[in-house]
Amino acid sequence: MPIRFNKRPGLVIYLTAGDPDLATTREMALAAIDNGADVIELGVPFSDPLADGPVIQRASERAVARGTRLSDVLTICKELRAARPAAGIILFSYLNPVVRFGLPAFAKAAKEAGADGVLLTDMIVEEAGEYLQVMREHDLMPVFLAAPTSPDERLKAIAEASRGFVYAISRVGITGTQTELASDAQGLVERIKQFTTLPVALGFGVSTAAHVKAVGDFADAAVVGSAIVGLIEKTAAGEEAKAVGEFVAALRGGNAA
Amino acid sequence: MSVSQLTSPVTVPTSSTPGRFGVYGGRYVPETLMAALLELDAAYAEAQADPAFHVELDGLLKDYVGRPTPLYFAKRLTETLGGAKIYLKREDLLHTGAHKINNALGQALLARRMGKQRIIAETGAGQHGVATATVCALFGLECVVYMGEEDMRRQELNVFRMRLLGAEVRGVASGSATLKDAINEAMRDWVTNVRNTFYILGSALGSHPYPTMVRDFHRVISIESKRQILAHEGRLPDAIVACVGGGSNAIGAFYEYIPDTNVALIGVEAGGRGTALGEHAARFAKNGGGVPGVLQGTYSYVLQNDAGQVAATHSVSAGLDYASVGPEHAMLHDSGRATYTSATDEEALNAVSVLSRTEGIIPALESAHAIAEAIKLAPKMGKDKILMVNVSGRGDKDIGIMTREMNLSGVEAKG
Repeated sequence: MPIRFNKRPGLVIYLTAGDPDLATTREMALAAIDNGADVIELGVPFSDPLADGPVIQRASERAVARGTRLSDVLTICKELRAARPAAGIILFSYLNPVVRFGLPAFAKAAKEAGADGVLLTDMIVEEAGEYLQVMREHDLMPVFLAAPTSPDERLKAIAEASRGFVYAISRVGITGTQTELASDAQGLVERIKQFTTLPVALGFGVSTAAHVKAVGDFADAAVVGSAIVGLIEKTAAGEEAKAVGEFVAALRGGNAA
Repeated sequence: MSVSQLTSPVTVPTSSTPGRFGVYGGRYVPETLMAALLELDAAYAEAQADPAFHVELDGLLKDYVGRPTPLYFAKRLTETLGGAKIYLKREDLLHTGAHKINNALGQALLARRMGKQRIIAETGAGQHGVATATVCALFGLECVVYMGEEDMRRQELNVFRMRLLGAEVRGVASGSATLKDAINEAMRDWVTNVRNTFYILGSALGSHPYPTMVRDFHRVISIESKRQILAHEGRLPDAIVACVGGGSNAIGAFYEYIPDTNVALIGVEAGGRGTALGEHAARFAKNGGGVPGVLQGTYSYVLQNDAGQVAATHSVSAGLDYASVGPEHAMLHDSGRATYTSATDEEALNAVSVLSRTEGIIPALESAHAIAEAIKLAPKMGKDKILMVNVSGRGDKDIGIMTREMNLSGVEAKG
């Protein structure tokens, strides 16, 4: 099914799967969906998350240490799909776990698990030939990252290759929370929109209700990752799903989170 | 560029896209870095075509770095081993003590050409860090070096040298706190400061154009050695041996001989202290856990578990202690043009002893892996055969480890 953003701005919530454990990841994802998340990005933990800041690095390290595998993330995806048929689910991974699984096998399993799309952090459009073909064959939406440093001709190729939405990176750098939204974010979203009618979601440094509201002025959706993952890290065991639900509700309500 | 033109696949990459070595190599990076990589690619191509760039590089290699390095006939080592004639390519005699400065100098000249004032680098054993700090001092550039905390501890002398040269050394505690983790952190810095920062990558690794560029700056090793061996012996060697971490000294030592198929090319990986995953850094070892995958921007052999998580590695030598290997080596491995073997920690330490006492040359622990292979190989070769070994660096940085491991301290030091 297509990715649907029901309200403007839409809300995409990133979770590192397996942190603190898989069952809690599932409960947190359900809580996020029930409190207004349109799309869940299920992050596949990786030993070397070089595009991520300290918060997601630590979450990834914990999840890898627990033995979380791509196949486990697919299981969670399947359970979420069964429980919430209308929610958007994107599998978010570095390339190596997918290459190890086998790209065609991964796409087949992802489709069977009910995923809508895939985002590979270290996959650029020039290298994506077979990836795009396999995504098409399995009716999965490839989501590509667009960066403030990407010149227009790259944004055009990224927009053409993407399905579902385009993920715009608000600023140069790694993932992590920021006090203020980057000033060049709006310019990037406008540049992307020259080339596509797809929704544009803005992420990296989007961490408060005020940010989400501001993103709604120029983009279709906001992606919140590190703020949620950091919250999970600080929350007492057993309370995580409740905390995530409240946080997402606050992001949606426009109150200071 | 449109989707229909995007043709290079993941699992079976083609060799026609930029930076491919057979199916290996490529560019697998966060999109934020792509503009910088394309800019670097263009600037490098332009510099390569500019005679003035080569005049400046060659002048500094000669007068500042100390090229050409000698190709030395190791007579006592040859007699001791009783087989092939052994020649040593003396990269250990270069300024800063290792081959690394060939590449650091080339990239620093490129950075200056591109108007980048801030330099970052990663380092394992510290030799690339020292070389980068050195050229930054030479050109008045700001220099930040990322180094795993485990490596800072075991290569402390090089940390002091970098600081003395004016570089800031940033310790990295994540993962196993070694080279791989230092590269992750350097890439995070680069992705954050990409607009004003040049990343001087120190091995033939990473995203295109790095593996090609680093190899080109080290090609001088084999260009010289070919001329030198012809002058000494009137023929090419039967085999060339070099250690392989990321593989920069080896690709430099091999490159000019790749078309000369009678010359065996032998890379020596770190066998560490065992064959189980996590105990070594032998990416090409059969059943060692190394399979093709993507790490830090390139498609090559990667030590990993069956879930695609990159494995920890171990080597007594920090410079070989890395889970992946340069993509050109992956191609040479698969095609059979080069063969890859390994030496254990113990064999490398023994090789340090042997070379020190037969030739008065104390090699770096990395280079000692190549010597260890020569010790195994030379006696099996006839006395009319020629074996060339690339001595990539000198061992001063490793004196602390050698002292502990070889029981050299105290009045009762073994003779």
